[in-house]
Amino acid sequence: MIAIIDYGSGNLASVEKALHGVVTSDPYKIDMADKIVFPGAGSFSAAVSGIKNIRDIIIEKIRNGTPYLGICLGLEILFSESEEGPGTGLSFFNERLKRFKKGIHMGWNTVEFNDNIIFSGIKKGEYFYFVHRYYAPLGSYTCGKTFFNGYFTSFININNIYAVQFHPEKSGEPGLKLLRNFGELA
Amino acid sequence: MLAKRIIAALDVRNGRVVKGVRFMDIKDAGDPVENAVIYQDQGADEIVFLDISATDEKRDIMIDLVKSVSRELNIPFTVGGGIRSVKTALNLLREGCDKVFLNTYAIENPWIIKEISRETGSANLVIAVDAMYNNGYYVYKNAGRINSGLKLNEWLPLAEYLGAGEILLTSIDSDGTMKGFDNRLISEASSMIDIPVIASGGAGKPEHFLDAFMAGASGALAASILHFKINTVNDIKRYLRSNGVNVRL
Repeated sequence: MIAIIDYGSGNLASVEKALHGVVTSDPYKIDMADKIVFPGAGSFSAAVSGIKNIRDIIIEKIRNGTPYLGICLGLEILFSESEEGPGTGLSFFNERLKRFKKGIHMGWNTVEFNDNIIFSGIKKGEYFYFVHRYYAPLGSYTCGKTFFNGYFTSFININNIYAVQFHPEKSGEPGLKLLRNFGELA
Repeated sequence: MLAKRIIAALDVRNGRVVKGVRFMDIKDAGDPVENAVIYQDQGADEIVFLDISATDEKRDIMIDLVKSVSRELNIPFTVGGGIRSVKTALNLLREGCDKVFLNTYAIENPWIIKEISRETGSANLVIAVDAMYNNGYYVYKNAGRINSGLKLNEWLPLAEYLGAGEILLTSIDSDGTMKGFDNRLISEASSMIDIPVIASGGAGKPEHFLDAFMAGASGALAASILHFKINTVNDIKRYLRSNGVNVRL
C-alpha cells in the first residue's frame, strides 16, 4: 500500500489517481505502508505543524528503508529549516531553504537529471510543472537541477529517498511516467 | 529555461461551458471536463475556468466542477469568479484546483490576499485584473463594468505585496476583438511587479502571442481563437518556437 500523506493541504486527487494510493494522516496506516508519498503545496511552517502527529513515524519509516517520494513541499520538508518561516523540518539535510530573490518560479521548466530509475523512459529535456518561491540550493544531495535565475535542486535521490521540486501529477505524460516508476520500485 | 505558457480559458455558467462574443449570443458549448481535456491534448500548459454564473448554488457547482476536472486533467488548472471568502478559496484548493483567482472582492477587501496566501502560500493565488486605458490604466471591477478608481500602478504592487502569486491581466479595450493583446498594458504591468503577468484579451492569431511575450508576459490566455477553432494550441506553439520562443512542445 502506498500512503499519500494528508496534512490538510489539498491537491491530492491527481496524485491519488496516478498512484492508486491511500490518502491518509493516520499514523497506523502510514506505519503499514510499503511506500510513502508526501505531496504538497503551501508553506513550510504550515506543513511542519500539520505533520506534528506523524513526524516521528515518517522519519522512522524513511530510516527503515521505505521508499519515500517527496513532491514540492515534500522535498522541502526533508530539510531542516526554511527562510519561509519558523519550524524544523525532517532534517535529513541540514540546509536552509532559500527564497528566490525575484518572483516566483511558476510554469514549465526542464530538469537536468542524472540517470535514475524514476526517470526511466523519460526523455532528457522534458518539461515539468513547477510552482514555488523557496528552493533547495545545490548540494551533495542534488541529482537533478533546474535553472531559474540560477540553478537550484529539482531532484534528490539518496538511497530510498526520492524528492522532486516540480509537480509530476501536473506535468502531463512525463510526470505520470515518473509516478508510475516510483510505484513500480521494488 | 522556463517556458512561456499558453493558457486555455473556458467560461462556465451553471456547470456548463458557454461561448459567446462579448457576452452576446451566449451558447451552450458542452461539458467543462471534455473541453478542458481537448485543450490539454492540444498542448495547453494550463486551463482557466471563469465561473460566470450567478446562482445561490454556485459554490457547490464550483466544487463539483473542481472535483471532476481534477480527476481528468494532469496539467494545472485555475478556478475563479465570485470567490468571496478565504474559506471558499481554501475549499476549492482542497478539492483539487491548483490556483484560485479573485478579482472584484480583492479590490474591495485587499486584506483577503494576505489571509489566503498566509494559508496556502502565494503560489496558489492569482489576482485577476481588468484594466482599461483612460489617461493611464485604471482597474475595473464587477466584470469590467465599474471603474474602481484604482490606478494599475497602485493596485499591482499592492496585490504583489499582500501575497498575490500571479496577475491575470485582461485588457477591457482589446477583449473579444481578436485583434491582438494590449501590449502596452502588458509591458507597463510587467515593469511594475516581479510576479508573472498573464496576458488576456484580444488573441486572434499566433503572431499576437509572440507580441505579448515580447512585451513581457509569462503566459497568455487563449479563448476565442481556440473556441472558434481558428488555431489549436499546438499551432500557436509551433509558430512561437519557430520564432525563438521557448515553449513546451
